[in-house]
Parts: sequence; structure tokens; C-alpha cells
Amino acid sequence: MPAVSKGDGMRGLAVFISDIRNCKSKEAEIKRINKELANIRSKFKGDKALDGYSKKKYVCKLLFIFLLGHDIDFGHMEAVNLLSSNRYTEKQIGYLFISVLVNSNSELIRLINNAIKNDLASRNPTFMGLALHCIANVGSREMAEAFAGEIPKILVAGDTMDSVKQSAALCLLRLYRTSPDFVPMGDWTSRVVHLLNDQHLGVVTAATSLITTLAQKNPEEFKTSVSLAVSRLSRIVTSASTDLQDYTYYFVPAPWLSVKLLRLLQCYPPPEDAAVRGRLTECLETILNKAQEPPKSKKVQHSNAKNAVLFEAISLIIHHDSEPNLLVRACNQLGQFLQHRETNLRYLALESMCTLASSEFSHEAVKTHIETVINALKTERDVSVRQRAVDLLYAMCDRSNAQQIVAEMLNYLETADYSIREEIVLKVAILAEKYAVDYTWYVDTILNLIRIAGDYVSEEVWYRVIQIVINRDDVQGYAAKTVFEALQAPACHENLVKVGGYILGEFGNLIAGDPRSSPLIQFNLLHSKFHLCSVPTRALLLSTYIKFVNLFPEIKTTIQDVLRSDSQLKNADVELQQRAVEYLRLSTIASTDILATVLEEMPPFPERESSILAKLKKKKGPGTVTDLEEIKKERNSDVNGGTESTPVNASTVSTPSPSADLLGLGAAPLTSAAPPPSSTGSLLVDVFSDSASVVAPLAPGSEDNFARFVCKNNGVLFENQLLQIGLKSEFRQNLGRMFIFYGNKTSTQFLNFTPTLICSDELQSSLNLQTKPVDPTVDGGAQVQQVVNIECISDFMEAPILNIQFRYGGTFQNISVKLPITLNKFFQPTEMASQDFFQRWKQLSNPQQEMQNIFKAKHPMDTEITKAKIIGFGSALLEEVDPNPANFVGAGIIHTKTTQIGCLLRLEPNLQAQMYRLTLRTSKETVSQRLCELLSEQF
Amino acid sequence: MIRFILLFSRQGKLRLQKWYITLPDRERKKITREIVQIVLARSQKMSSFVNWKDLKLVYKRYASLYFCCAIEDQDNELLTLEVVHRYVELLDRYFGNVCELDIIFNFEKAYFILDEFIMGGEIQETSKKSAVKAIEDSDMLQETMEEYMNKPAF
Repeated sequence: MPAVSKGDGMRGLAVFISDIRNCKSKEAEIKRINKELANIRSKFKGDKALDGYSKKKYVCKLLFIFLLGHDIDFGHMEAVNLLSSNRYTEKQIGYLFISVLVNSNSELIRLINNAIKNDLASRNPTFMGLALHCIANVGSREMAEAFAGEIPKILVAGDTMDSVKQSAALCLLRLYRTSPDFVPMGDWTSRVVHLLNDQHLGVVTAATSLITTLAQKNPEEFKTSVSLAVSRLSRIVTSASTDLQDYTYYFVPAPWLSVKLLRLLQCYPPPEDAAVRGRLTECLETILNKAQEPPKSKKVQHSNAKNAVLFEAISLIIHHDSEPNLLVRACNQLGQFLQHRETNLRYLALESMCTLASSEFSHEAVKTHIETVINALKTERDVSVRQRAVDLLYAMCDRSNAQQIVAEMLNYLETADYSIREEIVLKVAILAEKYAVDYTWYVDTILNLIRIAGDYVSEEVWYRVIQIVINRDDVQGYAAKTVFEALQAPACHENLVKVGGYILGEFGNLIAGDPRSSPLIQFNLLHSKFHLCSVPTRALLLSTYIKFVNLFPEIKTTIQDVLRSDSQLKNADVELQQRAVEYLRLSTIASTDILATVLEEMPPFPERESSILAKLKKKKGPGTVTDLEEIKKERNSDVNGGTESTPVNASTVSTPSPSADLLGLGAAPLTSAAPPPSSTGSLLVDVFSDSASVVAPLAPGSEDNFARFVCKNNGVLFENQLLQIGLKSEFRQNLGRMFIFYGNKTSTQFLNFTPTLICSDELQSSLNLQTKPVDPTVDGGAQVQQVVNIECISDFMEAPILNIQFRYGGTFQNISVKLPITLNKFFQPTEMASQDFFQRWKQLSNPQQEMQNIFKAKHPMDTEITKAKIIGFGSALLEEVDPNPANFVGAGIIHTKTTQIGCLLRLEPNLQAQMYRLTLRTSKETVSQRLCELLSEQF
Repeated sequence: MIRFILLFSRQGKLRLQKWYITLPDRERKKITREIVQIVLARSQKMSSFVNWKDLKLVYKRYASLYFCCAIEDQDNELLTLEVVHRYVELLDRYFGNVCELDIIFNFEKAYFILDEFIMGGEIQETSKKSAVKAIEDSDMLQETMEEYMNKPAF
């Protein structure tokens, strides 16, 4: 039988819990629970009215069953009834049930709110406490709406009991966190700040939590809290350990309040008032001094509480980052902890030192601990502590110690835990690049990385080493020699084969003079690895072989023999087969000149942020736990913010408005319809257009051409008698690259040829385009190429404009076309089963997440073409998902730098009416809208 | 703030769960499973802190029970350990030498005591006297009210 229960025992509950514990199997437990549920149900439904005690007991049993992990679908009403009981324990159980099993049933919420209102008004402090707890526990927007106005009044009223004030402060804090819009600032705020002076330390503690959160959002409004917090802190820190009586915890005066005050001060810069600032510095010094005093107790609670305050004080010192003396003292203190016998302290010291390392005042002081940290890496038994040590080494690394730190990390990598290897690899790669004075060191380091932890070397790392080798002439020969030597190892990692294949293909000629690495030896070495590699690596090696044909004509026939073998030409993999066929053909028919042009050395890569750095940053955010109520709030504000935007009808958007149309026509004589200018030329036009170097209105037909590119990436974007513009583009996740080809169709030079990309301000913030200017002279019949690097930051509606201005035979030409970079280009298809699809479909059921358009078919309604278009659009085409086989459904994810947006689409053709209905559901309103517009134009 | 607190046995049985953020039931179960697994897999020599998603887990074992709090990045780990200890002290004071069975059979009391101590993920009352007094008051209150309502005890 159960342990003795205090207060009021519920015997029936104890027996039930006992029964459950005695169940030998899951089945027996479920059986017992079902029996109990049936019993409770019949009691609740029975004619006899239940007394309060029975109701409480049964509600409590239901709660127990729910907490065991079973579903409960009744009893809510009985629990609500308990709220209006006059008996404290009945009310308490009622509130507990409501808090745990929140139900958004609107009828119940009304009743619950009513009961809460009564209890708040009861002036009975225990009842008020229960009501406030319930509001805080549920914390929903509905609760906030109902009570956020009332609670500040309770908090600052003169006659409120201290315990109620504490509850009110924390309840308000909870509501402010989820629904700040319902908690308006007002004259209560200044009175809340003065609670910092309250006599009751419990009230001060609760108020400090509230003020800290409010001050983060409204720093101006709560500025006066700084001096109050400092004086309160000072009083605590200087008090004798017994002064605060019950608020002294294991000889540490008010540790919770101290930490909270130090936290509050971290919302602000160092105090401007010299007196306040001096007082604060004194406090911090006292805390640091106390750390050196002998402990007042051997208990871990004493040291934990004391050090908790110390670490928070150090956080504040780092936050202020203005007192070199304090920073160095903090660093020395942490240095002591690095060798403490408590694992927890070593862990925290390493973590805290990481932030100290980034301060200019303490960076050098942190560096003095390098040997201790390296030792921690070797001897710590807890992987998370070793991980912190790696982080700290990374943070303290600079030019002076990079070689040592990188060497130690590489050393550690050999035995490191699998869970952190990838991160260490990234860190080593970044440090090696950042602090490389000598790039041969860099190349050696990366090859070592691949040798030691090849499986953890992500693509970004080996891409990066190739980028660097290609961009730096001085290291190419060394790199070729080193990879050649590394490849000699009988077993080498596939990543090494990739790097080796690429580098020898580009720079193998630099070491071919040495008979030990003659062309044939290089080739045989690479080819000996070929059969052990995966398809992508083999594909890369085939490209290396064709580059060898160009670099080393003497082994051309050997390579041709390899390409010609059945295992290549008839390879089951299409990519390999195609490469073999094409390379073989290329090597046979192309003259050496053409071969040399086609296989010219790769041009240097444009300098950009290291892809590995980006990867490391990405690794840092592996997921979040977000409060549902906050999400609800964001959605609500979306609705409010979106009220002005009228629903977009696809047809009105893509058909130019009447005025745009007129302008388009007006521009015609200047652009496409312009007759090849005669020598007499229209002087007036000439002068006019030259002086006013304005952007031409969109060329006619630009919209149609634009629409054609929505579902494809290559083709001719624009053409008139003078100029042809072709596009070739590729997209991957949120990045893309577009090649624009400008062809001069005439036999005369174009002069001052300047293509410009124009993005509106709005578009600029969501789309990042980078390109280099092209040669201003385009010879007759010639073609110039321009590369545009594209990065999608966030979703966008418009398209960039490509404006081209040039002189042709004395006349000024000005052409504008829309560049088909559309949101759907950043689609990644997602395959899913029917069940998943409809489940997700249902999840996206908010009205603003859906966009629908019904429109007339503009093209013949051909199933195969439609399928191809949906795939071209970028989404996966899901077969056998829609119960109606005539419908098309698709799914995919739009990748932007900031977020990923899941998208589902459904297209329902109506052959009879020659109409379509298109429905888009995505997690973001603007995305649904834009995709719907774009896709509606395609059918 | 503390996002949630879990109490579970060495066998991985959940004994108490308190969520200070709103999450769907399914999500809670998933998180609980994941965290119980992580914590139980750790050996005694290891630190009491684990980085998990965007949160920090701080845990401590008392006899057969693990107490685990999930806190936010800027929160103080060491003091969270003492939050756990203070809660154990409060349970101890109320039950007298608290054991796992007390929490199983009087789970509702364990929740009430926690509520007196922590609200909305923040410390409400750090004084042991005040917090326990509130609970004992409520037990007393029940008895006097019963007398007042002139009804027999059970």
C-alpha cells in the first residue's frame, strides 16, 4: 500500500495507482485503465449527483492516466466545475487538471475564464494565487486577452499581499513572453521598477525577472532600473552571510536574486553615472575577491551557489567589455577553474573563456592557458567538455599559435568522438585557411584532414581547397606534387581521389617533368583507384582523363583505349556513359587548338565568403524548441499586417497594365522594331537618347518570354535584328548561376556595351545578384558571356530587370528585359506518399496559406506536357497521390537563405470547360501567392 | 527561463513533467523520449550539462530519480542545479525523507509544491520557509474549511 499521504488522502486514487504499478504487462495496464475509464465515465454520466470529493478523486485519476501517456477525452467539464468549489483542495485539483490538459474548446475557455475572474476578485490570497498560476500555466493568447489588463493592477496595488505580488509579476511575465501585444506599457511600469526596492526579497526576485524581460524590449522605459539594481546588488554582496536569513542559501546571500540582478544589468551598457559605475565595479570586485576566500561550507550547494554568482558577474564583465582590469581578473579566475576537480566548473570555465577570447583586452590573457586547454583535450573523460576545449582553442587561435593549435586539433581528431569529428574538420579547415602564411602548410593540413578523417570531410572542404589552389599560382606545383605522393598510399580515401583527380587534371603538367611522375604514371595511379570509387568520383576522373589528353598528347591513345572499353562506353550509369562517349569523340575529332580552348585551365574563382564558414554557422543551429503560443501570435500579426494587400489575381499581374503596354509600344522604335540605322540616322532620337541615359521600358514580348522561362532554364530570352540574348542557368538550393550570352548579329562592332542588372529596393533585400562588367566592345558576329551569381535571401515577388545600352553605328540602343529569376527556381522537389501529402495538406489549412486560381486553358490540355511543366517548375510530381488520376499534385521546398518553405500544389483540369483550378498551399502567404501567379501562366 | 522540467527514474519512467511553454502533446512525448535517452546514457563522471538543440539541459540524480531542467542559452547552469536541489529540499520537508514512491502516489502534491516554487519558468519563492508554509497552509485550510462546512472527514 501507498506511502502515507498528507492533508487529504484519496484512498481510491491510491488503490488505483497501486493496481497500475502491479500490472505485469503493458496490456494488463491498458486493461486496468480502460476499466477505470469506464467506471469514471459511468459515474460522471450517472443520475446521482457526485459530491465534491468524488469529483475531485475521479478528475485526479483522469489526470494520472493522462500523465501516464494515455489520451483523455472527457472530464473537462467536471474539472471546470471543481474550479467554483469553495474547498481549496477541490479547486486546486480542478486548476491542476486545466493547466495540464489545456483545451481550446471555446465554451470551456469561457467558463474557465469566469472562474478565474471570480477567484482574482475574491481577495483571498490563496485563491488568487491559484488563478494566477492557472493563467501562467496555460499562457494562451485567449488568456492574455482576457487578463493582461487586470494583472498589472493587482501587481502594483498597495494592498496586495506579497505572495500574490510575486505570482502576479511572474504571471504577467509569462503573458508578455507569448503575447506582448496584449500587455501595454503604462504608468504601472514605473511602479514595477520601484519593486526593486521592496522589503520582501521574494517580491524583488520575481519583479527582477519581469523587469529584465520588459527591459530587453523597452530599454528606454526601464533605464532607471539600472541604478536601483546596482544599489540592491551592492547591499546583498556586502551583507554578512546571515543578514538575509531565509534568503541565504548555504552561506551565500540571496544567490537567485544576485544572479537575476546581474542578468538585468546585462541588458544595458555600463552605467554612465560615475558613482553608479564605481559602485558596480566595487560589487564585481567583491564577488571576484570572495572567490578567493576559503569556502564557508564543504557542501557542493555552497560552491555552486557562490560560483553561479561569480559566473554571472563574469558574464556582465564580458558584456561591458570596458574594464581591462576586471577582464583579466575574470580570465585568471577561469584559469583556476580549468584545473578544478569538479567537471562542471571545468566545463563552464572553458565555455566562458570562449567569449573572453574575443575581447581585445583579454585575448592575450586567454592565450596563456593554451597548454591547459590542449591538455583538457587529451585527458577529459566527458566528450562535451572536450568539445568545449575545441571551441576554446578555435576561439583563442590567431597567427601566433595557429600552427600549434591546428596540429593539436589534427592530433585529437585521430581519436575524437564521432559526434564531433565533422565540426573539428570544419574548424581545422577554417583555421588553416585563415592563418595560412605559407600555403604549402595549408595544402598539407587539408590532405592530413582527409587522411585522418576522410569520412567527415564534407564537400565544402574539398571544394574549398581546390578553389584556393586554383586561385594561387604559387602553390599549384606543390599541391600537384603532394597529392601525387598522397595517392601512392595503397588505401586512400575517396575524397583524396577527388582532390587528386581535380588537381592533377589541372596542374599535373607541373610535375610531369620528373620521370617519377610522368604523365603515364600519373594516369595509371589515378586509374588504379577508379574502380573503387563511386559514380560521382568516377565522373570526375573521366573529366581528368580528357584534361590529360590535352595536357599530355603522348598518352592520348592510352586514355582513348580506356574510354573506349565496354565498362565505360556501355556503363549502366547514364552520366558515366555519356561522359565516356563525349570525351572519346572530343578527343578524336577536335584539333589540338580546339581541345586546348575547351580544356583550358580553370579561371580563378571569385572571392567570396568561405563555404566552410557558412557550413559551420549552419551547424550551430540544429533545431529549436519554440513556444506554440508565440507562433500563434506571429500568425495573427501576419493576418493583421496582410489586410491591405488585395488578393492577387494572376491574370492581372502578368498582363501589363494599359499604361505599361503603351510605354512598351512607345519604346519599340528604339529597340526591337528599329530598322538597322542608316548613316543619316535620326539625329533627334540620337541626341535625345544619348543624353538621357535612362532605362528603357520593357521590350515588347518580354513578358511572354519571361513566362516561358518559368519552367525551363535555358533558351533565347530576347532577339531583334541586332542582338540576341541567350540564357543558361542552374540552381541549387538557394543559390544559382546564370550565364547570359549576348550575340552581336550584325557585322559591325557594338561600342560602350553595358548590360546592367536593376533590382528594386525591395527585391535587393531578398535577392543578391553579383556579376562582373563585360567587355564594352562586342565585335560583329561575336558573342560575349556574362555570369551572374544568384543568392536567394528570402522569398520575393518581382523579377530583376536587365538593361542593355550600347552604341551601334552611331545610334544609341537601349533595351530592357525582365530577367527570369523567379521564386520557383529555388525549388527542391520532395517525394512523399499519399498519406503524408494529405496530412501536410491539412496542416497548412490556414486561409492565408492557401492560394487558389481558376483560369481558362491557354494551351491544349495535354497530360504529358502538363507533367513536364510541373517538373520544370521545380516541384516533385507525385503519382498516385490524388484519388482522381486526372489531377496533378506536386510537392517541394523553396530554399532561401533565411528559411525553407514547404510547398504543396494541386492542379485540377476540367477538360469539358477547358479550365484549370490551381491550388497552392505553403507555410508562407507571399510564397503561395507568388507560386500561384507564376504557375497559372503556364497552362 | 526554464522551458520545462522532467523527473524520471533510472528505468526511464517519467514521474513528473512540467512545461512552461506550450507544445502539442505529441511534441512533448517526442522531446521527453529523446531527453530521457540522452541523460540516462551519460556516466557519472560527466558534467551535469548537455547542449541540446537551442537549449541547455541541466540534470542531477537523487537516488533513483533524475531531475532535468531545460534552460535557455543565457541562463545560469550552476544555479539551475540549485533550483533542482531546492525543490528536492522542499519535497523532503513536506514528505519527510522523500522517496520516489511519495512522488508516484502523491503526484498532485509534487506538482503543487513545484508551483509554489516556480512559476512560468522563473523562481517565485526561494525561501524554503515561505514555500513550504504555503503548501502546509493549504492543507490546513482544507481541514478548517471542512470543519466549517461541517462534513465528515474521509
